[in-house]
Amino acid sequence: MKIGVLALQGAFREHIVSLEALGVSPVAVRLPEQMTDCVGLVIPGGESTAIGKLMETYGFYDAVAQQHGAGMAVWGTCAGAILIAHEVLDALPEQRSLDLMDISVRRNAYGRQVESFEADLDIDGLDGGDFRGVFIRAPWIESVGEGVEVLARHDGHIVAARQDDLLATTFHPELTGDPRMHRYFVEAVVGR
Amino acid sequence: MSDTSMIGTLRVKTGLAEMLKGGVIMDVVTAEQARIAEDAGAVAVMSLERVPADIRAAGGVARMADPTIVDAIVKAVSIPVMAKCRIGHFVEAQVLQSLGVDYLDESEVLTPADEEHHINKWDFTVPFVCGCRNLGEALRRIAEGAAMVRTKGEPGTGNVVEAVRHMRTVTDEIAWLKGIRGEQLFAAAKDLEAPYELVKWVADNGRLPVVNFSAGGIATPADAALMMQLGCDGVFVGSGIFKSGDPAKRAKAIVEATTHFEDADIIARVSRDLGEAMVGINISDIPDSERMQERGW
Repeated sequence: MKIGVLALQGAFREHIVSLEALGVSPVAVRLPEQMTDCVGLVIPGGESTAIGKLMETYGFYDAVAQQHGAGMAVWGTCAGAILIAHEVLDALPEQRSLDLMDISVRRNAYGRQVESFEADLDIDGLDGGDFRGVFIRAPWIESVGEGVEVLARHDGHIVAARQDDLLATTFHPELTGDPRMHRYFVEAVVGR
Repeated sequence: MSDTSMIGTLRVKTGLAEMLKGGVIMDVVTAEQARIAEDAGAVAVMSLERVPADIRAAGGVARMADPTIVDAIVKAVSIPVMAKCRIGHFVEAQVLQSLGVDYLDESEVLTPADEEHHINKWDFTVPFVCGCRNLGEALRRIAEGAAMVRTKGEPGTGNVVEAVRHMRTVTDEIAWLKGIRGEQLFAAAKDLEAPYELVKWVADNGRLPVVNFSAGGIATPADAALMMQLGCDGVFVGSGIFKSGDPAKRAKAIVEATTHFEDADIIARVSRDLGEAMVGINISDIPDSERMQERGW
């Protein structure tokens, strides 16, 4: 099973390590052709503006949309959740998203870095108790369309959601060492 | 559920640095420059009153930027904003934290305020990045609470030679620690003048416990890719962008070269027609007393 991790910028190495621990062989994707044959793609946390500009320059917008149309599952964490959203609130005027998932995401929703936090989350579909959510200058999911399943909330705000072969989390499972969210993506979303 | 919430944890401090990896952090002195940096794909900006090359030229005491400048830059961009305080000047740090800055750089580019003590960075909610020339210096800063380090290089020179020296030193020392035996680690901790627990962690894991960027003299896309190939996690570009002929184009080129640091074809393409690079300074032409890298203890 070939799963790509978009490696333009951000915490891609941690996603690669987390996936390797599950026995998947992930590939670092820096150019669109490196996604060939991928059944899943992780768009990691980082700066959504920086990743978005590099995606634009290197032709990722069309390539990801096309491969998703052909069946590739996509998981966006934090900046990645912003990049796959239908609508981005508090975005830069020219900021583009992939518009794959029917969610509306608010950038830097909690404020600046001094407001970054961690908290326990009760996530639908994950066994074994609470999951430690690490939120770094995080967005939240302001609203979801029909057909989007809310998986977790924190203080009333949606922080994890799924729509068929699309998964969005506003926190960082790759920083915790807890493999359950990655296993969920590989088994329940990619392997649906 | 919110009673399990915690702000200012080490994990959210080091975590922001993890999110900056593979990216370029650019020095800016105005809101306009900050917007150019963000448009070019910078992952963060460093708000300053003067870039290091101008600090070097002006001489005198260099201090934290005027809060008005920091405010203007914070308002201008949506990416993280960093700011520099003087080594040991914990009140400048308190002020910058109150302005909502996302990361503080306790920096040798400014004139040190304390020649024995760095700031106790555990006292702050905002995370800190600090400079280092070698592993011992990196681990001392981490022991004081730094959540990110950067090799120092020689700021404001446009000359990458010191950045290379410091990056190679850190890498070589990590490789050396990995290769020695348990009881030798105690002596290594003494030699490195760093806490044993951190020395042991580096020996066991073969890397620093926090993200390490490269700084001090990076002026071209090839410089940035060189530092990435030498093993840093990302780069700071200070004077190199806004002291050059076409800052917007050079900034974007350095961003692309940092992502595609192993792809010589891409580095070649983005290196074309960038206009005048900043005029560099040979390190041997800088008197010892004016070398910023010597600041910090």
